[in-house]
Amino acid sequence: MTERYVYLDHAATTPVKEEVLEAMLPFFKDKFGNPSSIYSIGRESKKAIEDAREKVAAAIGAQSKEIFFTGSGTEADNWAIKGIAYANRQKGNHIITSSIEHHAVLHTCQYLESDGFEVTYLPVDENGLVDPEQVRNAIKPNTTLITIMFANNEIGTIQPIAEIGKIAREKGICFHTDAVQAVGSVHINVEDMNIDLLSMSAHKFYGPKGVGALYIRKGTKITSFLHGGAQERARRASTENVAGIVGLGKAIELAARNIDENAKKLMELRDRTIEEVIKKIPFVRLNGDRNRRLPGNVNFSFEYIEGESLLLMLDMKGIAASSGSACTSGSLDPSHVLLAIGLPHEIAHGSLRLTFGVDNTHEDIDYLMEVLPPIVERLREMSPLYENVKRGNKNV
Amino acid sequence: MYSEKVMDHFMNPRNVGEIENADGVGQVGNPKCGDIMKMYLKIENNVIVDAKFKTFGCGAAVATSSMATEMIKGKTVEEALKITNKAVADALDGLPPVKMHCSNLAEEAIKAAIEDYLKKNGITSVSTDCNICCKKCDDFEHEHYDDEQDDGTEMDKCQRRK
Repeated sequence: MTERYVYLDHAATTPVKEEVLEAMLPFFKDKFGNPSSIYSIGRESKKAIEDAREKVAAAIGAQSKEIFFTGSGTEADNWAIKGIAYANRQKGNHIITSSIEHHAVLHTCQYLESDGFEVTYLPVDENGLVDPEQVRNAIKPNTTLITIMFANNEIGTIQPIAEIGKIAREKGICFHTDAVQAVGSVHINVEDMNIDLLSMSAHKFYGPKGVGALYIRKGTKITSFLHGGAQERARRASTENVAGIVGLGKAIELAARNIDENAKKLMELRDRTIEEVIKKIPFVRLNGDRNRRLPGNVNFSFEYIEGESLLLMLDMKGIAASSGSACTSGSLDPSHVLLAIGLPHEIAHGSLRLTFGVDNTHEDIDYLMEVLPPIVERLREMSPLYENVKRGNKNV
Repeated sequence: MYSEKVMDHFMNPRNVGEIENADGVGQVGNPKCGDIMKMYLKIENNVIVDAKFKTFGCGAAVATSSMATEMIKGKTVEEALKITNKAVADALDGLPPVKMHCSNLAEEAIKAAIEDYLKKNGITSVSTDCNICCKKCDDFEHEHYDDEQDDGTEMDKCQRRK
């Protein structure tokens, strides 16, 4: 068996693309000017930031002055949610979200609850979909924000964002979407989808870590996130991460340009993996919607085994993947997403997330399929739960 | 995050399997919590001559099962009962704090298997049950968020519960 390194965790982070790195490099040393400075190298940095802003705007159908750079996707989520909640506190204190949001959203909402806000966490169906009608029914006179993620980071389910946006617009409520997993992978248009705020993070689409952006629709009432200088129109003070912002701009430009081609390639790898795993390995289920899912995401649960063990063994074979098992999260509860779609704890513990990227090949899948079935079998042989299955008693 | 010894016992676990007509069998843990250990003992003249295990769980759970079976082989029943979770963890060059409950599970599995042996042989039970903290996830969930948790915490709590 040939040993190789196969990275299948692109939902965690992606490598910086060569062109992106090249675009960034001058801004560390030669073009180091502070964008707020008046002289030429300062103006050059300023210009680079504004170019990046235009690229981000173009990728999501926004105007460039509606794009604000942040330090991360998490920061963008925090700003969007707290910013809208506090700016509209006189109007109301109710927020609607879903139970499968990223912790950047969930924990921000929980924080607001501790400060007197009321939050509705909508359930999802067995595929992880939010029902737009439930969003409508959850709206109250004091609702000021709806925040529903564009696509889920664990199970890849893509939400009916346009339908939810339409309802929010009808009711005149701000609509934020955490699109960290979706930007660069699926088509997004903030106008067509009636999105008022949208979070993104560069390192999920082959840009650098430590830089994100928040789209804020013109005219939206929101508090400033950081107070200080006049950067980002005084909404988010801080000397700009020029190289990072340039990298984000370049990365989103490339992603937008190749979006259909990349999606097609990733879907091929994804669908082949789903088909082969289900065919070759018994007692497995696919988590998330079969069709309405991110092009590069697969998420399985293997019964009778535990996810961390699976990850460690895959790692020994050079495969990098991720799991919703409790043991990988530092708590005893498995992923809130897998529990929300109705998986029993013991099955949620045996989950495996594989997320493909543009550099993955069919040879990578060949290797995965060579390595994964024996690992699952080996762990099952070691599992006392599997004994009963082999003895014909499925009801452990 | 794991020591080399943990990884070795995880990748090459010793004593995996079952023992036909075992003298003592003990199972602890709960699939809900993500780990179950089942231990089989062969006991002759009060000495553990063979031990095997099956485990559903994380790397630490497998490694502690493996180490625990190694440690009790050749020991008398009384000696085996004295093996603590800390001793198992130490033998593995330590475990990350959030994984200490796995070593606890190993200690409990040994005790449950011996308990079973004693019961089968009509020997008075040496009250060893500390199942509370091993059977319900909730009972020790808070400890995973406890930054100050040290190697002894989990065991101390078990002993207090007795």
